[in-house]
Amino acid sequence: MIVAKRKPIAEIVEMVKDFDRVLVLGCRGCVSVCSAGGEREVEILASLLRLGCRKAGKKLQTVTGTLVRQCDKEYIDELDEWDGQYDAVVSMACGVGVNFIANLRSMVRVYPGVNTTFMGGSMEQGVWTEQCAGCGNCVLHLTGGLCPVARCAKSLMNGPCGGSVNGHCEINKDVPCIWQEIHDRLGRLNRQDELLSIAPIRDWSTAGHGGPRTSLRDDLTI
Amino acid sequence: MSFIPDIQAFCCHYTSQQSCAENHGGLQEDGFPENITINRLSCSGMIKVSALLQAFENGADGVYVAGCPKDECHNIMGSQRAAKKVAAVKKALAELDVEPERIEMYHLERGLSPQFIAAGQEMEARIKELGPSPFKGEKK
Repeated sequence: MIVAKRKPIAEIVEMVKDFDRVLVLGCRGCVSVCSAGGEREVEILASLLRLGCRKAGKKLQTVTGTLVRQCDKEYIDELDEWDGQYDAVVSMACGVGVNFIANLRSMVRVYPGVNTTFMGGSMEQGVWTEQCAGCGNCVLHLTGGLCPVARCAKSLMNGPCGGSVNGHCEINKDVPCIWQEIHDRLGRLNRQDELLSIAPIRDWSTAGHGGPRTSLRDDLTI
Repeated sequence: MSFIPDIQAFCCHYTSQQSCAENHGGLQEDGFPENITINRLSCSGMIKVSALLQAFENGADGVYVAGCPKDECHNIMGSQRAAKKVAAVKKALAELDVEPERIEMYHLERGLSPQFIAAGQEMEARIKELGPSPFKGEKK
């Protein structure tokens, strides 16, 4: 899922300080699952915005809603339900949702309620970790399913750097060295000989270094 | 006129209702501040962050949650979950530049205990010291 985290409330209050009516708009997709921008978080943010504005001596009206997703045109069209009821939207979706509202509603003032952080998952309640960098050229078949692009601090392709100590990364002892884990895992799977192959210099053009990416499926376009 | 704070207490059944039931003379007679409104929950873990914020929106100067001792919750983790939610509101208040001390979590013995009265008295004194809620300063 795309993992996000609510922005500091004072930052959001500053964004909406000139408006009297704000639509706080959640998303039932990834941000609901990571408890950043679903219905519950919408309710909390709306309350915090009202309180923050009150403290600043201003009365703010909030309207709340949550779309199935904010990354598809069909769902953004549901914004029409609140036409005339708001001066600005605070989207609690990931950055994709904010962009989609801006793309599709040229006159709607839209602001981000969360910081979009990474693609990851939750191994234990309340903790999310980055697992995938969306680099566009997956090497997981070579590394036992563990991603060195996202999970090695240097995105190394040919084993660990000199900062790997006792299985931990030099950037933080709480971060496992993913190359140590790749080595151990391939060993358990009796595949460690594969690590002797040298990965070639990587072409990063698929990773967004060539500008915004588009994925086109001819079989699906109309 | 002296400031009488509006304090909203969210208490689990075991800390509040048993206290009321076992104290036939009334809590106030034992010194429980009468300006504290007790909101009963079947378990403190049920409390929502939004309900705690709503209490401030409704005019509370201070809010507290009373639940079972951390390791003796009737519902195992309820009071620990409540403490986390109180901590989240404390953080949000700090982000709004409002005293986090306006909300507190108490882990209390079940049934009528001196700590139940003391918690109310402590919050009463604390909120009196802090003064009225900054959220009441609506000018527009």
